[in-house]
Amino acid sequence: MSHGPSASAGAIIRSGHHDDAPYEPVFVGEAKVRLDELVKRYPRKVGALLPALWMVQEARGWVSEAGMAEVAAQLDVTPAYVKGVVTFYTMYNQHPVGKYLIQVCTTTPCHVCGAEDVVRAFLDQTGCGELGVTSEDGRYTVIEVECLGACGFATPVMVNSDFLESVSADRVADVLGRYR
Amino acid sequence: MGYPYKPHASETLVLSTHFGDPEARTLKGWKDRGGYRALETALGMDPAAIIGVIKESGLRGRGGAGFPTGLKWSFMKPDDGKPHYLCCNADESEPGTFKDREIMRWTPHALIEGCAIGAYAIGAETCYIYIRGEFTEPLQRMEDALAEARAAGIVGRNAMGTGKTINVWVHKGAGAYICGEETALMNSIEGKRGNPRIKPPFPAVAGVFGMPTTINNVETLTAVPHILNQGGAWYKNFARSDNPKSTGTKLWSVCGNIARPGNYEMVMGFPFGEFLRDICGGALPGRELRAIIPGGSSVPIINMEEADRALMDYEGMAAVGTMLGSAGCIVIDNAQSIPRQVARLARFYAHESCAQCTQCREGTAWTTKILERIVAGNGTAEDLDTLLDVADDMTGKTICVLSDSCAVPVVSALQRFRGDFEALITKKTVHTVPVVVS
Amino acid sequence: MSDSGMVNLTIEGRAVSVEPGTSVLEAAKTVGVLIPHYCYHPGLPVAGSCRMCLVDVEKAPKLAPACATAVAEGQVIRVHTEKARTARKGVLEMLLINHPLDCPICDRSGECELQDFTYQEGPAESRYRDPKRFNPVEDFGGDVVYVPNRCILCTRCVRFMDDVAHDPVLNVEERGDRAHIGKFEGKDLTHPWAANVIDLCPVGALVSKDFLNKARVWELDRAASVCTGCSQGCNLVVETRDNVVMRLKPRPNPEVNEFFICDHGRLNYRWMNRRDRLESPAIRGAGGYEAVDWDVATAGAARILKGKRVFVLASPNLSNEALWLLSRLIRKSGGAGAFRMPNGSEAPLPGVVDLALRADRAANGAGAELLGMTRSESPLGGLQAGDALLIVDHDLAPEDVAFAGRASAVVVAGTAMPAGLERADVLLPMCNVVEEDGTFTNLRGRVQRFLQAKAPSGLARPSWYVLSGLCTALGDSAEYFSASAVFDALATEHTEFAGMSYGVLGLRGRRIASQADAEVRA
Repeated sequence: MSHGPSASAGAIIRSGHHDDAPYEPVFVGEAKVRLDELVKRYPRKVGALLPALWMVQEARGWVSEAGMAEVAAQLDVTPAYVKGVVTFYTMYNQHPVGKYLIQVCTTTPCHVCGAEDVVRAFLDQTGCGELGVTSEDGRYTVIEVECLGACGFATPVMVNSDFLESVSADRVADVLGRYR
Repeated sequence: MGYPYKPHASETLVLSTHFGDPEARTLKGWKDRGGYRALETALGMDPAAIIGVIKESGLRGRGGAGFPTGLKWSFMKPDDGKPHYLCCNADESEPGTFKDREIMRWTPHALIEGCAIGAYAIGAETCYIYIRGEFTEPLQRMEDALAEARAAGIVGRNAMGTGKTINVWVHKGAGAYICGEETALMNSIEGKRGNPRIKPPFPAVAGVFGMPTTINNVETLTAVPHILNQGGAWYKNFARSDNPKSTGTKLWSVCGNIARPGNYEMVMGFPFGEFLRDICGGALPGRELRAIIPGGSSVPIINMEEADRALMDYEGMAAVGTMLGSAGCIVIDNAQSIPRQVARLARFYAHESCAQCTQCREGTAWTTKILERIVAGNGTAEDLDTLLDVADDMTGKTICVLSDSCAVPVVSALQRFRGDFEALITKKTVHTVPVVVS
Repeated sequence: MSDSGMVNLTIEGRAVSVEPGTSVLEAAKTVGVLIPHYCYHPGLPVAGSCRMCLVDVEKAPKLAPACATAVAEGQVIRVHTEKARTARKGVLEMLLINHPLDCPICDRSGECELQDFTYQEGPAESRYRDPKRFNPVEDFGGDVVYVPNRCILCTRCVRFMDDVAHDPVLNVEERGDRAHIGKFEGKDLTHPWAANVIDLCPVGALVSKDFLNKARVWELDRAASVCTGCSQGCNLVVETRDNVVMRLKPRPNPEVNEFFICDHGRLNYRWMNRRDRLESPAIRGAGGYEAVDWDVATAGAARILKGKRVFVLASPNLSNEALWLLSRLIRKSGGAGAFRMPNGSEAPLPGVVDLALRADRAANGAGAELLGMTRSESPLGGLQAGDALLIVDHDLAPEDVAFAGRASAVVVAGTAMPAGLERADVLLPMCNVVEEDGTFTNLRGRVQRFLQAKAPSGLARPSWYVLSGLCTALGDSAEYFSASAVFDALATEHTEFAGMSYGVLGLRGRRIASQADAEVRA
């Protein structure tokens, strides 16, 4: 479903990198054992929903509808329920992203320290041009995110699961050099 | 200077003593620094006695609401035949706040110890530490420390060899500010959308998985072992003499346009102006401090005259019309456009609204659109009245306070900096230095 | 709490006494005060999220949501204070800022709670000056179309599918003002009770494909009725325009169907409008059927039936009244009566006790059996050679045709020529269920009235009128001039119906006395 003007940023935009290969189940072998362990931590199976979705994202880089359906089957809920949850939490990627997903905090504490310049630098230097769009070479996707909780180290940036502190516009080239 | 710098002489280090010391992260390192003594003591005590000590200390919740911790724990009815739960709120999502992150990064065992004591005190066998998904390093530190603690029998089915079960699990969030609200946090642990719940029932009656639950902030739980080790009276002494309602030390996260951003551990009641100007180094070169949001983005924005009068405790902040909140202090200087920053805050809340309540779902987005239009130079005189009206519609009328939190910066900024907004509408400028526009 | 165990409070100055645990909103209803609301529905779990039902509770600093606030002893509630009205006005303004205001082309227009409460207490104009959000219309499957731009996210539909249908195929997706109702690709609203989400939707966001653009709701005439789709006996409102049934809607009855009807029942109305009806009484002559006056036709039928054993093939969708008159006719002639029950698979609504689309797909099998008809897979098996056959609105299956051939004469009373019947001697046109008054007995023995919703087709008469005329022509001394008089006579004769009358039944019906009660009385 598309959305018109609304107060939101940070959405990953579906670009030409959709993976049309048949879906390979995530929860086989060790992953299934790990999920069964996670389920035991909660009095109800569905408690393990967020961790299970994390496992799918770690394995596949994003959470596809097929991934949601697999999680639903594992935890005895409906795929619609899982989709409602996935779309609530912004960290689950609903579309494939580049090899490096770059998340730049632009909430007020960082905003006053020039986070917008950092975003601009990333957009320009990765070739993404636009927020949420994956670069032509499939390497980068840059999104703005709300508060990363490291406000004293403006501007914090996440590259995949790496958490970088105090990134300024002039450090962006440096950062990108580490993620080729 | 607070972490990441060397401590300032005016700080009182309790929780932050070992910030920056990698050795404190390991079980051995933590034990060498006196760790897990308090847990051992606690497990030999009657839970009611532990709650008594916490009540005596005057410890209040450090997540923002400032509810007395001992009293909260006492709501958990012993022997009601139901499983009890402790949830540690490590979602730390309030913009401006980054203290819990440092606690988990440097002293993960301190938090585990606090969780274990808390769980025991409220009769819980399970504690979930809800950590926001963006905190990849703190998550890893906590998982590593928990693995050590489990292996050493500190937590688990036979905690410290007492036969008590205290399971501590990390639950990783996935990007939702609202999951820092306690009932939304519980829903998130249950595998649901992070929608806040209607109260009553309160968590102590029906919390996570429908069972009696206590939710405490990271900083609150981390203070507990210190209080047990040194006594309630010791902790209670950290207060200004004329205000016994706020006790202990408080971690202040300072960020924004300030010379030395970081975490500072201060005794309750310290003068705020001195703190900002001397301890945090004051304004950046060539600039002046203009506005402060002292307690995380949801509290009223104040001007420097108010900041200079304020004292750093719950009552001291209330006295100048704002709140201590989570003590995430956002400093804004005279190079910023206040309307632009308020618009950015509104956008944050519009992005994070869970979408349940009408006023919040629609009001946060509407507020954002108006403010962004004003900032873009397309505002009208009526817009300011509309903003205040919408803010009123959004205040005190919804399930949780996210909606109120969006209204707060708007109303407080319009009270104190209305001229800035009017200038944008009439296309005049009020800034002494050029506004930073990228 | 008082000694009676009831909670006493004051709402809008009126004294209220209700059970503990009752919500303020429900308590207010008992004294005729409707507190505006959207997300609340008595058949669903409380969400408390639309914030429309905010009311003033004396001594409380904040307004309280009436749906999620339990009554308390001595509470003083005010619905129309300045503070509460301003809050609700704010909610209405916010609900409308992104709403397309497309009432002229909206199916819900005229029965829309957003219209109603805005008219009642909403702002006269909007201060919203920015672009509205837009989402495309989506087919949710089944009978349901979702128009997200009109949606107010009350989540009644989601809660119905989760908690009542136990088939969570709907969800809320995204958050903030991007949120909308969603479903998973390939998983449609196929649950047999899913279309209730249309009725539950307080606005025009979920609309019926079947009813789409068919009528403006203010053009519709309404009558209380009972569903003939199965033996459950769900209460209905039949909605007609110009003598055509346009749609069926559930009519709440806590004893039978709560607030719901199944999709089978909801969409089972086209036959009510069929055009190939028997429209005139007729007698078969040399040149085929000849239209005649009712007097002539009734007398002709009586002449054929008189002195013969009469075998009645009666539809299980006939009213108790018609069936009782038939039972008299059977008794008098020493004949017999039977019916075939159409069948389908059972489809329960799990969230409501004892509510299902039943396998028996007719409304009055229980009444028919109670009044002496035999339920049979081969209903004409008991027809003896030389019997006169009276077919009352019952089609013939292929295997019935040979049996029917044994009859010495055939009289048809009904809405249409029975399928499979080659010829009859007399035709007596009858009203269908929405053209007459009557009662059905559901599978739990609840006797419920249905009311005439539209004019009869042609010269058709109500079934009780046709059959009572026939009884009289056959020598019965009693004459009846209304359905209720027939029912009164029935109730006098059958102890199960003792004490019942249309007045007593009202619009929610009453259960027949059980066997045990009947014995005690005897």
